[in-house]
Amino acid sequence: MTTAAVSQRKIRVLVAKPGLDGHDRGAKVIARALRDAGMEVIYTGLRQTPEQIVDAAIEEDVDVLGVSILSGAHNTLVPRILEGLRAQGAGDIAVIVGGIIPTDDAARLKELGVAGVFGPGSSLKEIVDFVRAHARPR
Amino acid sequence: MSRTQDRLAAPARGGAGERKARFLTTSGVAVKGLYRPEDVAGLDYERDLGDPGSYPFTRGIHANMYRGRLWTMRQFAGFGTAEETNERFRYLLKEGQTGLSVAFDLPTLMGYDSDHPRAEGEVGVEGVAVSSLADMETLFDGIPLDQVTTSMTINAPAIIIFAMYLAVAEKQGVPFDKLSGTIQADILKEYIAQNEWIFPPEPSMRLITDIFAYCAEHVPRWNTISISGYHIREAGATALQELAFTLANGREYVRAGIAAGLDVDAFAPRLSFFFNSHNDLFEEVAKFRAARRVWAKLMREQFGAKNPRSWMLRFHTQTAGCSLTAQQPYNNVIRTTIQALAAVLGGTQSLHTNSLDEALSLPTEEAVRIALRTQQIIAEESGVANTVDPLAGSYFVEALTNQMEQGVWEYFRRIDELGGVIPAIEQGFFQREIADAAYEYQRRVESGEQIIVGVNAYTIDEETPIPILKIGPEIEAKQRERVARVRRERNAERVRETLAAVRDAAAGGANLVPPILDAVRAYATLGEIVDELRAVFGEYNEILII
Repeated sequence: MTTAAVSQRKIRVLVAKPGLDGHDRGAKVIARALRDAGMEVIYTGLRQTPEQIVDAAIEEDVDVLGVSILSGAHNTLVPRILEGLRAQGAGDIAVIVGGIIPTDDAARLKELGVAGVFGPGSSLKEIVDFVRAHARPR
Repeated sequence: MSRTQDRLAAPARGGAGERKARFLTTSGVAVKGLYRPEDVAGLDYERDLGDPGSYPFTRGIHANMYRGRLWTMRQFAGFGTAEETNERFRYLLKEGQTGLSVAFDLPTLMGYDSDHPRAEGEVGVEGVAVSSLADMETLFDGIPLDQVTTSMTINAPAIIIFAMYLAVAEKQGVPFDKLSGTIQADILKEYIAQNEWIFPPEPSMRLITDIFAYCAEHVPRWNTISISGYHIREAGATALQELAFTLANGREYVRAGIAAGLDVDAFAPRLSFFFNSHNDLFEEVAKFRAARRVWAKLMREQFGAKNPRSWMLRFHTQTAGCSLTAQQPYNNVIRTTIQALAAVLGGTQSLHTNSLDEALSLPTEEAVRIALRTQQIIAEESGVANTVDPLAGSYFVEALTNQMEQGVWEYFRRIDELGGVIPAIEQGFFQREIADAAYEYQRRVESGEQIIVGVNAYTIDEETPIPILKIGPEIEAKQRERVARVRRERNAERVRETLAAVRDAAAGGANLVPPILDAVRAYATLGEIVDELRAVFGEYNEILII
């Protein structure tokens, strides 16, 4: 594969909604923004288990996994997703988290391997740029 | 034209010398620089406004509104176990709150018991966990149910939680006809925006008409449904979409009640509404005023309701959670004040004001107190509660009110073309409209056309500077143990019998409230009863719209 071909491949992103909450406004807005920025975006729909999300990320061969969570269960669910990816040899998929995440929880999630955490008020451009910069190299 | 008028009118025509290319409401509706008599030409006082307390109730549903009685200050609360929420309720009642409002945790909203695997990490986090009557007894311990009004935000499993409330009343010796309060039970907006559904639309509508029928006979003061625009707005809808979709849902529930054989005046007076109040003061006031007028016309003209109480749109308001910022969180107090003011100027019956820390976490006790004080200051100090509908007759507000009403009839036409609310849901109509509006709004924020103070302008470097409330994992362990104890100590045979009766009624078509009430009395759990219903009704599948 030539370098040119590599750089032409679109970044693939899975936007996932774990947990029981139905708040999908953020997930849908981000999905559209990433798509408008030229990425391929797959959305899981609501209430996926960490296992379902890991499987979907691997099956869809994504570069970035965006996890949207507003239920407060991030401390339980996000580590399980990270472990699942590593266990299946997909630890290089960049995981970003969006939602209402208290600052110290965000720090802890980053220590566990989350690439970035975006709370309310984050700009779309900032997120798009971050995804571009952190997509796993091909 | 005076020179002042001339100066103000000029921008409406051209835009030269203005600080922006266009002036939009929060919902993206263009606003002129000046409104004049011709903007409300044809407005007929008796026909279009009427005195407060008179059809079409544009000016309010009571003749004297807040001079007679202030709105109910009702702060939504619930977290952790039933004991902790019970404690918060007692605190709020002591601080002068006049009604209770229960937030349930996500497992409860989705019909899972606290010990279900899907509940892990979510027990007691976003609300209180209620898995059986035992939890409900604790939640209302020491709170006489004939002396408070209770609003419960519960939808898909509303019929079960309501039955638990009835069972607690029985134990307190309070007759059902002394109970007053509200269950949200608005399943249509779940498919449209809030997404906490369990069963498909048809059987879900039947659960609602069963509640209508039961309450008309046994719990006459209960508000059987709270038809909610709040969540539609939070999902990104405009003010008009919030209003139009909510009233369309209301129309659908009335049709369902009539189709179930009920007389419209037997249930319509107990329908209530729940709206959002966002930042744009006049747009929100116009929305509330238009809501009353459309509903009155709909009920009298289209459904032929005879009882004036059927014509009156009563509503609760919550300030807009989605408007709160994590950045410079104290600014949220000011946003909430403006939004609360809009609700009061719009004639709300009850109000929840959000706490300043809610973009970060659940509210702390201090933040909740400031939110309640915001309402008390508006009520006692601002003077706006001294007279009824003070903005009536404003060219701008009346023009916006008319515009809102026209927009609602237009949406009704489009929904009818799709075959009604449920077919429109199945075609993703509402979901797409809302997703489009949410994205459009976000792009205006992104471009800086819509300024959010502290977010895309006037920013500072800051750390989260405020104390936040956290729910620890020990809550989940404690709650699991409680559920296990209930399962151990109850009469298993009685549970089996009552659950079988629930399934029979679900399959057969008899009103489901009495068998569910029997099951909760026997301490059958929420999850067990939902499982019986699911076995008969099946589950709803999400329609994916990005």
